Amino acid sequence: MTDLTRLSAAELAETLARKEASSVEATRAHLDRIAAVDGDVHAFLHVSSDDALATAADVDARRAAGEELHPLAGVPIAVKDVVVTKGLPSTAGSKILEGWIPPYDATLVEKIRAAGLPILGKTNMDEFAMGSSTEHSAFGNTHNPWDLDRIPGGSGGGSAAAVAAFEAPLAIGTDTGGSIRQPGAVTGTVGVKPTYGGVSRYGLIAMASSLDQAGPVTRTVLDSALLHELIGGHDPRDSTSIPEPLPPLVEAARQGALGDLSGLKVGVVTQLQGEGYQPGVLARFHESLELLTKAGAEVVEVSCPSFDYALAAYYLIMPAEASSNLAKFDGMRFGLRVEPTDGPVTAERVMAATRGAGFGDEVKRRVVLGTYALSAGYYDAYYGSAQKVRTLIQRDFDAAFAQADVLVSPTAPTTAFKLGEKLDDPLAMYLNDVATIPANLAGVPGISVPNGLSDDGLPVGFQILAPAKADDRLYRVGAALESALESTWGAPLLDSAPRLG
Amino acid sequence: MSTISRDEVARVAALARIDLRDDEVDRLAGELDVIVDSIARVREVATPDVPATSHPLPLTNVFREDVPQPALPVADVLAAAPDAQDGRFAVPQILGEE
Amino acid sequence: MTTTTPALVSYDDAVRRYDPVIGIEVHVELGTRTKMFCPAEQSFGAEPNTQTTPVSLGLPGALPVVNGTAVEYAIRIGLALNCQIAESCRFARKNYFYPDVPKNFQTSQYDEPIAYEGWLDVELEDGTVHRVEIERAHMEEDAGKNTHVGGSAGRIHGAEYSLVDYNRAGVPLVEIVTKPITGAGERAPEVARAYVQALRDIFRVLDVSEARMERGNVRADVNLSLRATPDSPLGTRTETKNVNSFRSVERAVRYEISRQAAILDAGETVIQETRHFHEEDGSTSPGRVKSDAEDYRYFPEPDLVPVAPSREWVEEIRATLPELPQARRRRLHDEWGFADAEMRDVVNAGALDLIEATVAAGATPAAARKWWMGELARRAKQDEVELADLAITPAQIGELQRLVDSGRINDKIARQVLDGVLAGEGDPEAVVVARGLEVVSDDGPLLEAIDAALAAQPDIVEKVRGGNQGPVGAIIGAVMKATKGQADAKRVRELVLERIG
Repeated sequence: MTDLTRLSAAELAETLARKEASSVEATRAHLDRIAAVDGDVHAFLHVSSDDALATAADVDARRAAGEELHPLAGVPIAVKDVVVTKGLPSTAGSKILEGWIPPYDATLVEKIRAAGLPILGKTNMDEFAMGSSTEHSAFGNTHNPWDLDRIPGGSGGGSAAAVAAFEAPLAIGTDTGGSIRQPGAVTGTVGVKPTYGGVSRYGLIAMASSLDQAGPVTRTVLDSALLHELIGGHDPRDSTSIPEPLPPLVEAARQGALGDLSGLKVGVVTQLQGEGYQPGVLARFHESLELLTKAGAEVVEVSCPSFDYALAAYYLIMPAEASSNLAKFDGMRFGLRVEPTDGPVTAERVMAATRGAGFGDEVKRRVVLGTYALSAGYYDAYYGSAQKVRTLIQRDFDAAFAQADVLVSPTAPTTAFKLGEKLDDPLAMYLNDVATIPANLAGVPGISVPNGLSDDGLPVGFQILAPAKADDRLYRVGAALESALESTWGAPLLDSAPRLG
Repeated sequence: MSTISRDEVARVAALARIDLRDDEVDRLAGELDVIVDSIARVREVATPDVPATSHPLPLTNVFREDVPQPALPVADVLAAAPDAQDGRFAVPQILGEE
Repeated sequence: MTTTTPALVSYDDAVRRYDPVIGIEVHVELGTRTKMFCPAEQSFGAEPNTQTTPVSLGLPGALPVVNGTAVEYAIRIGLALNCQIAESCRFARKNYFYPDVPKNFQTSQYDEPIAYEGWLDVELEDGTVHRVEIERAHMEEDAGKNTHVGGSAGRIHGAEYSLVDYNRAGVPLVEIVTKPITGAGERAPEVARAYVQALRDIFRVLDVSEARMERGNVRADVNLSLRATPDSPLGTRTETKNVNSFRSVERAVRYEISRQAAILDAGETVIQETRHFHEEDGSTSPGRVKSDAEDYRYFPEPDLVPVAPSREWVEEIRATLPELPQARRRRLHDEWGFADAEMRDVVNAGALDLIEATVAAGATPAAARKWWMGELARRAKQDEVELADLAITPAQIGELQRLVDSGRINDKIARQVLDGVLAGEGDPEAVVVARGLEVVSDDGPLLEAIDAALAAQPDIVEKVRGGNQGPVGAIIGAVMKATKGQADAKRVRELVLERIG
């Protein structure tokens, strides 16, 4: 019997459609896999077996009754714990939300449930999505399935690790500065940040409202396209939601897999390579460029000078918005409440004590930084200036996309570093996002496609960026690259990952 | 070069309603200093002629019809309350007037 | 808690030696069906916490969506106040921690209000007109309601804890801010009161709010500062809150003038602070000193997109504005031809609508005014009710006047009919019939009564025949008595003279 956990989501969907296996069997197989390996990986904060099996059984019954189902019906999925799920804990990786059970579902969760995908559980993350290694989770580290002593990336390390460890064929992540793409790169999985507004933010515990986007985390480009089409689209409950329908993404992925990129102009961004990028990362990057050229693409160099300021702008805008978004966590209506043991128990002091006890170090760092950036006398110099840099970055993207159809770079400057290695140096940690951040600031979509192993035997990723609302280009080019790479490798990259469990 | 003093951190933490221990304040002051130094470079390019962008997408006038939808059931509203009484959230005494 | 009663300078004295400058901020709750940013129904008197959604409860993940009708109402208000309507404006976050503010920030408008630079001509009781310049009108959301439990008299200081109801959280508000109101001199309290009243009338006519101050639909914060002369720079101002009626607005201004004058007389400085108004004695006392010095860290609301009302839409709204109170008063004044003083009395007595309706029911303006400002005003005062609360309608007064005009009853009887209607006996016609009050129109019974009266006073016949018409009055009087007043005195006189010969 096929190991259902080794199938891609598309393959599994087909298997279920042909009734060669049931959703209950597939779901059980993944739950068993989680039981076997998650002790080591720790991708999951909560496993919802009953809920998942109930959904699976329901899908099986409906399929048996001849009902027409969504293409992905019955394929299990994991959801990053920053997404609100009714009846299931949603902690955002924080002590301050430990035990909180939301009374409502995020829009994307409603879509997932309506399509009949069993939700295996909620995955680990850096607290409130603040981090690049998942080490800032209040509930312990997640370990990279390629090397359990290393980070899985962040903030969505749990979702990426779950998919990389074959605990789930699909997962949902969120990306504010690279939190889907960077974990994708360091775990050898595919991660997509849709165009801002392409997937509803209703029900995403907000970090930086003008940067956050939810997106797919998968093992193949086609799987991401399938999931992206399911969760994307206009949502009247999200005022920043794009009104127009998505372009055809699955079709673009299938087309791309055929391998013909003639006519396509690929722009290599000068500022997103070079110093700070590991030699192995750069080597794989250039090899991938070769493959794209072989597929018919023309590679050009583009310069986006304002990208040099992107990290700085991001680390002003994001903490500022986050400091405001996190104000609601105060112990009054939900979540942790801590009373001060010394002095009067007033609302003000309970709020401060709760937040002092409930927030981790990185969150405190960013909330204080963000509050500072917005405070009287500092707004123009910090937040105000950063929003201007944002304009410059958008202009650079506009100019670059006039010269190329897609822009490319290595997804992250390094491979997965060791757990604990960068914890004492916040700035060094922030540098992990240097290639992914510009896309969030401009709102353009991006994908990370695993494009090989570095000299240290660890995965690296190839980032493709497209103009806003042209997400289909990501899938066309991504699928073409993936197809070419797998031809050279002879098998998917993850087949070379160490066996767990 | 110290741009964020310890006092400043303490002031901002109070504004953000976060209790910090003394050692946390010290550490944060040092870390934030370094961070603020590096991010202050945005000022180099943020000249007066450049407009600010607060939204990645140029949407305007997104409105909702004035039609009621069902409210959250009271039980759900209060379910996660640390303390509730008479259908309302019980919170510790609030200082002062507003 | 002991407070020293502050020294006060007599109002007249204070206002002779100092020039008061006032500023008024009015918040009006819009009478939309749903809240500003979420579709929860808003209505008065619902059970606590039964009118919230994740958005108005400030739950993690929730997102605001603007109520289009609230925007329309805000534009209506702006136009009625002769404001410019913004071509594009944004919402902003006003960040502060308070348990009745579920997100710990209020979504409001900061430097981009929807309406600005307007004015309102305010008419005082004696006809003086003062133009109040309006700085801005902007949209925002209301907070929840705290009820303080324990402590003294339910006031916050000394309370043990508070109970919070979020039904009101998110209700749409428009805040209207005046520019400094100068040049009112000793009439400043009246101007303040008249301004708030005028606003209230406008809100009702526009149908944007129920506008009942006693229900909190309309709230006023009164700012006041004193300066030596109109040419001196502005003094330090105080802001007085909790001003819950028009009268309180006037009293608060008077008190602050007296109090600040005493401080300035003593050579001291007025403390810039927020004060609390006390209904019981018209005084104000200091509110909490805010340690944060109100650093609200305003920044544009990232979850909402700009509101850019097209000029077509604004003109459409302008075209549907009803006649505003002042314009209506002028028109009615012209139509009715009352003297200025008479018109003012009508307005001050709250009889404008009643007279208009009575005229619509067929009476002449003069007759309508005679009833409402005469007999009915007397009754209202006697019963200690408002004119509008008397148990008689304009339509009934119209009918009453018709009965008099047609001769079926006379003025004196009309008063009895009035009694009957007020006593609940029915419409005037019905009361006349039921009580048999109709003036006798048949000569027969009149002649009978005349003959009887003449027979009783035979000497009068001789006197009248002798040329002295005076005594005829006695006969008429006797006949009126015999007919219980239900005779047309003129006709009786005619018949008596005929009879006598």
